[in-house]
Amino acid sequence: MMEPGLYHLLFVSTALFFIGVYGFFTRRNLVTMLMSIELILNSVNINFIAFNKYLWPHKMDGLFFSIFVIAIAAAEAAVAIAIIINLYRSHQSIDVERAEEMKF
Amino acid sequence: MSGSTIIFYMLAALTLVSGLLAVTTRQIFRAAIFLLFSLIGIAGLFFWMQYDFIAAVQIVVYVGGITVLIIFSIFLTQQAGDLLPKQKIGRQVFSALAAFCGFALIMLQLYQHTFNTTTEQPVEPSVANIGNQMLGVGENGFALPFEVVSILLLAALIGCIVIALRSKPATA
Amino acid sequence: MPNTILIALIPLLPLAAFLLLGLYGKKYFKNFSGIIGTTVLLLSAAFALYTAYGYFFEYGKIDGIYQKLVPLQFTWLQFSPGLSIDMGIILDPISVMMLVVVTFISLMVHFYSLAYMKGDERFPVYYAFLGLFTFSMLGLVMASNIFQLYIFWELVGVSSFLLIGYHYDRPSAVAACKKAFIVTRFADLGFLIGILVLSFHANTLDFNTLIQRLTVDGSHELHTAYTSMFLGASALTWGTVLVFIGGAGKSALFPLHIWLPDAMEGPTPVSALIHAATMVVAGVYLVARMFPVFSMSNGAMHVVTFAGIFSALFAAVIACTQTDIKRVLAYSTMSQIGLMMFALGVSGSNLESGSLNYSHLGAGYTASMFHLFTHAIFKALLFLGAGSVIHFIHSNEMKDMGGLRKYLPITHITFLIACLAISGVPPFAGFFSKEEIMLAAWQHNTVLYYITLFTSGLTAFYMFRLYFNIFWSKGVIVHGEHHGEGGFAMMLPLVLLAIGAVAAGFIPFGNFISADGKPLESEFHWQFSIAPVAVGLAGIFTAMWLYKNKSNKPAAIVTSLGGFYKAAYNKFYIDELYLFITKKIIFNLIGRPAAWFDKNIVNGLVNMTGNTTLIISEKIKGFQSGKVQQYAIYFLAGLIGLAVLFIYLWKPG
Repeated sequence: MMEPGLYHLLFVSTALFFIGVYGFFTRRNLVTMLMSIELILNSVNINFIAFNKYLWPHKMDGLFFSIFVIAIAAAEAAVAIAIIINLYRSHQSIDVERAEEMKF
Repeated sequence: MSGSTIIFYMLAALTLVSGLLAVTTRQIFRAAIFLLFSLIGIAGLFFWMQYDFIAAVQIVVYVGGITVLIIFSIFLTQQAGDLLPKQKIGRQVFSALAAFCGFALIMLQLYQHTFNTTTEQPVEPSVANIGNQMLGVGENGFALPFEVVSILLLAALIGCIVIALRSKPATA
Repeated sequence: MPNTILIALIPLLPLAAFLLLGLYGKKYFKNFSGIIGTTVLLLSAAFALYTAYGYFFEYGKIDGIYQKLVPLQFTWLQFSPGLSIDMGIILDPISVMMLVVVTFISLMVHFYSLAYMKGDERFPVYYAFLGLFTFSMLGLVMASNIFQLYIFWELVGVSSFLLIGYHYDRPSAVAACKKAFIVTRFADLGFLIGILVLSFHANTLDFNTLIQRLTVDGSHELHTAYTSMFLGASALTWGTVLVFIGGAGKSALFPLHIWLPDAMEGPTPVSALIHAATMVVAGVYLVARMFPVFSMSNGAMHVVTFAGIFSALFAAVIACTQTDIKRVLAYSTMSQIGLMMFALGVSGSNLESGSLNYSHLGAGYTASMFHLFTHAIFKALLFLGAGSVIHFIHSNEMKDMGGLRKYLPITHITFLIACLAISGVPPFAGFFSKEEIMLAAWQHNTVLYYITLFTSGLTAFYMFRLYFNIFWSKGVIVHGEHHGEGGFAMMLPLVLLAIGAVAAGFIPFGNFISADGKPLESEFHWQFSIAPVAVGLAGIFTAMWLYKNKSNKPAAIVTSLGGFYKAAYNKFYIDELYLFITKKIIFNLIGRPAAWFDKNIVNGLVNMTGNTTLIISEKIKGFQSGKVQQYAIYFLAGLIGLAVLFIYLWKPG
């Protein structure tokens, strides 16, 4: 096994990203879809930090970006959960397959 | 093989495996717990990269905040013990295929690409440095995005309240 | 110098009357509207007379030539420097003469209608329409710009339409007003194209500039107008002929005359005003106004000549057979207008192109204008007299009349004067003007002269046929009580017009009106007038012999003429021909295929587009499933596709 570096981290982040994508596609429950989105956002964070560490160590831009991503992800999670709860109230369910009023 | 390497692989394995389980298990509460582990694994990776501050933020916000929020919403919307509905097999296969294709595409590009590294003096990502730059208004200052994100958070806060507010029944 | 405000008031006063009576007449002036309209017209006529006096005797003549004055002009629509639609007033001999004629006849008709239309339901509306018509006609006469003339031309058409259809509860009146409007509109299309052609070449819409540019020898505009050929004729000829078509439509020349007899559905005073004295001569006026341009084109002059003489003869023949007295007068009008056009046509057509010399050739022009003037007076008189008869008898048909001279003495005398005038018996007005036309025809072409002579004889014949049938012939059965002649209001115009019909001929017309503004030498040869007068008297005595006493002589002649009489009685089947052409040929050959094309091809294409869209959307609407995850999948698939495209397939450069 070789010394882990940028490529290893990028592999991890890419894999995590597509795990999130897979989850987003296959889950029918809105809460679990939200979880998949969190995974995707986290994979992005890994990318930012890895690039910052290995390519631009003299700056901290990647770090700040990941901080902002975390902040925005927190806001997004809060809004998403508010929407989920509202949807649950109106549909008695948070199954996305059943929230399809916006079709043709 | 150094201890650092072993730790990296363990953390990576923890992250990916728990992530995979989080999106595949049919029990929603377990999914949340697996998500928790995955997020902890990511925080570990940050520690491993010696970005202590961001790792701490990761644990505080994600593990302590968002995951708890998700678990709450599960309690609010889900009957205990119910299994998650199964997705159609075709959709599963298709999604897996699409995800794999994307993954393969990106990996292919990554391994064909050579990154240029810099030789400049690295900056210590200490809390003091981060704080100075975060609120700095000079060069490399992030005060403006900071303020923008503050406004965004405020907007999200108000938005959440408005959305989740129980609308009054129409009294004719 | 001319008093601009006074001149501008001449058309504006009737406009004011129209607006006042049209908007408020029904509510506030139910009974006074006639008096208001007449008073306003009286003012207008007074101003017109004053202007005429001023123009002819004070300021109009400079160095022995009557000038074309433009006392008022403002730019209305400017297209480019030098090309604009202006609103202005032009004063030259013919426009001043027309001002007097129009206001005078209109005044007479206004006055006459006070009695004739009394008690009518829509009395104020009638006077409003009369005001509108007078305004438009005066505006037409004064127009300094060809487009201004066109605008008023159309306004005249509209008011004529309104007045013909005044009795809109009568289907025949409705049909007649539609017919008049459509036929004249159709002709106006030619006029419009003609305006465009001429103004394109002259690069102006102003009359004076246009005439100057298109008549000055060797000018650039004239050269291009001469040399641009289309279908073997120069642009100048095309333009003038098209303008003439417009004039022919309004003036009811063959073959666009079919609306005029039907237009007699309007109230009789209206017929007197519009369809005898003023509007129908608008075409003659137009040709006279553009006369210098017309005279530059031999082709156009020939068209004018032959359309004129043919209409004159054609209408005279038909007039001999009609039994509706207003129709006889209508055909007579058509015939006289044909003569005027003919006189204009012979006035300059033997000019060599480009070498314009009016001095000995403007006789026809003066004759035409003179005849226009006298004709307006005696034809209005004839119509008003006929109105008086109709008012008395309540019928238009000759067979209902006869022996009326005892009951309608004033009408009888004035009608007789008018008949003598139109027949060209000296010393009545028609004699002098006809004489000049004959002279112009004689100078031009002997064959045409004889045709004119024959037409003149026919005119005398049919007019006296009318006269004897109304006032002599059998004794009429008058029901116990009759309401007399209609009183002062109806008799005064008759008397005034009769005086005009007697006296108008003595005006030395050539001194005032000629093609170039210089006084024309009046060559009056008494020897020359022997033939026309003799022919006229022959016509009169024939009519007398046939119709003075009830006999079976006319019937015998009718039988001997057989088919010809029948054809003439049916107006030579021109109406039927039009119907045949429009209904059978145009509708079937163009209308039906067009309808089929529209229904199947055009509509089909639209339907096909709609149906195709519908089918396709039915097929693909499944994509819009409303399911978030499907959308996300499309999104990712598209993203991957784009990435592959841009990374592997797209190789720019």
